[in-house]
Amino acid sequence: MTLVPPALAEKVLEHALARGGEFAEIYAEDRHGFSVSLDDSKIEGPGGGHERGAGVRVVSGDATYFGHVDGLAEEDLIRVADSVSQALRGERGGVQDLSDPTAPHGHAIATAPGDVEAARKAELLRLCDERARGAGDAVDQVTASYAEGHREVEVFNSDGVAAADLRTRVRLGVQVIARRGDRVETGMQTRGGHAGFELVETDPGQIADEAARKALTLLDAVDAPSGQMPVVVGNGFGGVLLHEAVGHGLESDAVQKRASVYAGRIGDQLAEPFVTAYDDGHKANAWGSDGIDDEGTPTQPTLILEDGRLVSYLYDLLRAKKDGTASTGNGRRMSFRHLPIPRMTNTYFAPCDASPEDLIAGVGNGLYAVSFGGGQVEPATGDFVFGVSEGYLIEDGKVTAPVRGATLVGNGIDALAGVDGIAGDLDIATGFCGKDGQSIPAGVGQPHVRIRALTVGGTA
Amino acid sequence: MGIDTAASTAVELALAQGAGSADAFGVEGEDLTVRVYEGEVESLSEAGARGLGVRVFIDGRTALAYGTDLTEPGIGALARGAVEAAQVSDPDEYAGLPERSGAADAPPISSPELARWDTERKIDLAKAVERAARERDGISQVEDTIYADSQTRVALANSTGFRGEYEQTAAYAYAYAFAGEGAELMTGLGVGAGRDPAALDPEAIGGEAAERALALRGATKPATRRCPVVLDTFVAASFAGLIGGTLSADAVQRGRSLFAGREGEEIASKAVALVDDGLHPDGPATAPFDGEGSPRRRTPLIENGVLASFLWDARTARKGGRETTGSASRSYSSKPSVGASNLVIEPGTDTLEDLCAAAGNGVLVTHVTGLHSGVNPVSGTLSVGATGRLIENGQLGAPVREMTIASDLVSMLKSVRAVGSQGRWVPFGGSVMAAPLLIESMSVSGS
Repeated sequence: MTLVPPALAEKVLEHALARGGEFAEIYAEDRHGFSVSLDDSKIEGPGGGHERGAGVRVVSGDATYFGHVDGLAEEDLIRVADSVSQALRGERGGVQDLSDPTAPHGHAIATAPGDVEAARKAELLRLCDERARGAGDAVDQVTASYAEGHREVEVFNSDGVAAADLRTRVRLGVQVIARRGDRVETGMQTRGGHAGFELVETDPGQIADEAARKALTLLDAVDAPSGQMPVVVGNGFGGVLLHEAVGHGLESDAVQKRASVYAGRIGDQLAEPFVTAYDDGHKANAWGSDGIDDEGTPTQPTLILEDGRLVSYLYDLLRAKKDGTASTGNGRRMSFRHLPIPRMTNTYFAPCDASPEDLIAGVGNGLYAVSFGGGQVEPATGDFVFGVSEGYLIEDGKVTAPVRGATLVGNGIDALAGVDGIAGDLDIATGFCGKDGQSIPAGVGQPHVRIRALTVGGTA
Repeated sequence: MGIDTAASTAVELALAQGAGSADAFGVEGEDLTVRVYEGEVESLSEAGARGLGVRVFIDGRTALAYGTDLTEPGIGALARGAVEAAQVSDPDEYAGLPERSGAADAPPISSPELARWDTERKIDLAKAVERAARERDGISQVEDTIYADSQTRVALANSTGFRGEYEQTAAYAYAYAFAGEGAELMTGLGVGAGRDPAALDPEAIGGEAAERALALRGATKPATRRCPVVLDTFVAASFAGLIGGTLSADAVQRGRSLFAGREGEEIASKAVALVDDGLHPDGPATAPFDGEGSPRRRTPLIENGVLASFLWDARTARKGGRETTGSASRSYSSKPSVGASNLVIEPGTDTLEDLCAAAGNGVLVTHVTGLHSGVNPVSGTLSVGATGRLIENGQLGAPVREMTIASDLVSMLKSVRAVGSQGRWVPFGGSVMAAPLLIESMSVSGS
């Protein structure tokens, strides 16, 4: 695999630093994607694409200059490096010798999705359609979608980094709409990972079953209650709570601009002593995992909360240098057309030993939020909001009626301090995280977690 | 080769590969983004990008291939890829190109002024935006200030012989300011957009960010209640975008819109008029044709509270026995999908102060979060996070945060009591010309 020969990378970096700057980098990428969907029992919209290009940046003091180009032809790479350097007015900077790029570690791929015939991908969708339609007469509409991506990445910088990565992701999702009289409800389920076709080929019907079960359950849902109450949050995608309420506030760009409620809080006891959490871009085959981040730093498990104390922020190269520390492998970007910024990889609460039933039994009256449709946070204030896609009332310590239309609002610092129980059933789910106009795959996860009190916004 | 030639070549090669019909959509452009912080450039990105998407139809089977390699072999690979991918598709009797392609007589959408601004001057504009926000008493931080512009060329070719091209310029700026510190910190966003940097007023953009943050200082969680709610321009725009999405004929035909089968019915109060205007002189999305070569036009969606029309593209119109409304959105890497162009909420006669006075006791909402997860387009249920001010005896009162507002889309639309007079283009919910809305009653959840 070679996208940019090291000698050419060196030349590009020399051009980029010709008029000053302390740091230059070239990020080259070759990406293929394919997706196909099914709606109304028909396969539609198969399509694929191929994009290839590079981004070049130069850092001078606190300023970053960036340009990108489609294709990897030598003259185009030199031209973009020259154009980026135009913004600078200093002395020529030096470039360390560059070796062939190394790939620190990969993730096991048994079957490359690109080697699988498109017809087999379509078959997966038909199978999901049948399974979902078989789940009950009230199932009205089924949509299923399959997507795969393959990215070849190389990163070279003037400090001598020469790194490469091969990234394969697959994802299979099913959406079911159930209808009874005037009631219409939606259920969704997705499985995805940094993995080969084997991930979606194993029991794909289970994804359809889950989506159908959610939609059918909601048909009997009552309006969600309003007000403050204890909340038990489900495992897997429930971890989007940690992602939004805590994770974004630990991204070092927000921290350094005092745009995070977690700024200046390293070492502080922010949660009960049994609360430990990680951001782990190294976790085998997880959705948010890669071999290296998009600046060439090997991914790693980063402890963010240890026994309830805040122990680390999430760094890319630029922000790490500013804080006199090392990158935690969180410099990520959407493509060669984007600048890397600090981003989460797979963020999750570590498991403890309670059971989900214990957590629920400990609640008098409250809400069991099994899964969310999504969420959003304002890192500067920590105020967050989540839409509950599957939820139930908890009455006298027992799960009772399903609820619809529930939204959780709260503040990250308060919610974290309010975690009063963690179960042992850790699971990591697939999410897409948007920041600064860049959407990237991010794994969200946790075991079942109980929070003393959150505001539930319902319509009842 | 240029995108116009690339698009025509792609169509020819797709036909040669066995496609029954085909179209190709090419985009190329230059864009610049400046981010400033504490009076200095934090990052400057300047680059060109291009790409081409080829769509083929073979006996009702359709597929797309896209890429960035616009050499003849590159385009050949796209055409082959699309024809090959179409084999797995099931036939769809309604799939196909529009019966009549064409370009509307669009107002000017490319400003020559953009080229007259050099990078230094744009950086100065960004710095002026930041300064205008930072200067205000009580502003503790301006986290982010962005100026960005783009010059984009679009070319579309199809096998019925249509060849269309246009060039578009755009410029926008925003600032994100903080008032207060620690747990008391509140945020505010100021925005401005136009076809060139001369259309941006840095004082107004920075000032708006500061004012919005300052207005929320000391915000607390309100008591749970049911009361009148005023949505400000930003929030009204987000909701308009959402409603626009549910009016897509594709969502309707796929059983994914609560408005399915309700054309001609009263779905909103008489105060509500919503128009999709693809040719509005100031609309950011204005263009001579849509993503599949149908002319853009003006389509009333809600008139006097009555659902007047859905948004149609060629396929949904064929299936529904209608005419396209020129509502195919497209990027080079995606197949066309049905969506709004510029949404216009027809303004009323009341100022924001009038709306608050009419509300009596309620809440002014200036920011919402979690719209994509908090609104169900099928059932219409909605519950979103909100920030704003209390309205007490018709006057703006204490700021409030960490609350949700909840209702369902139809109840909300039917209880719009008045639309404000101050219409404005805002980049939320797509391209929306929005005005504030007074809603008779919504659930507000706090403590």
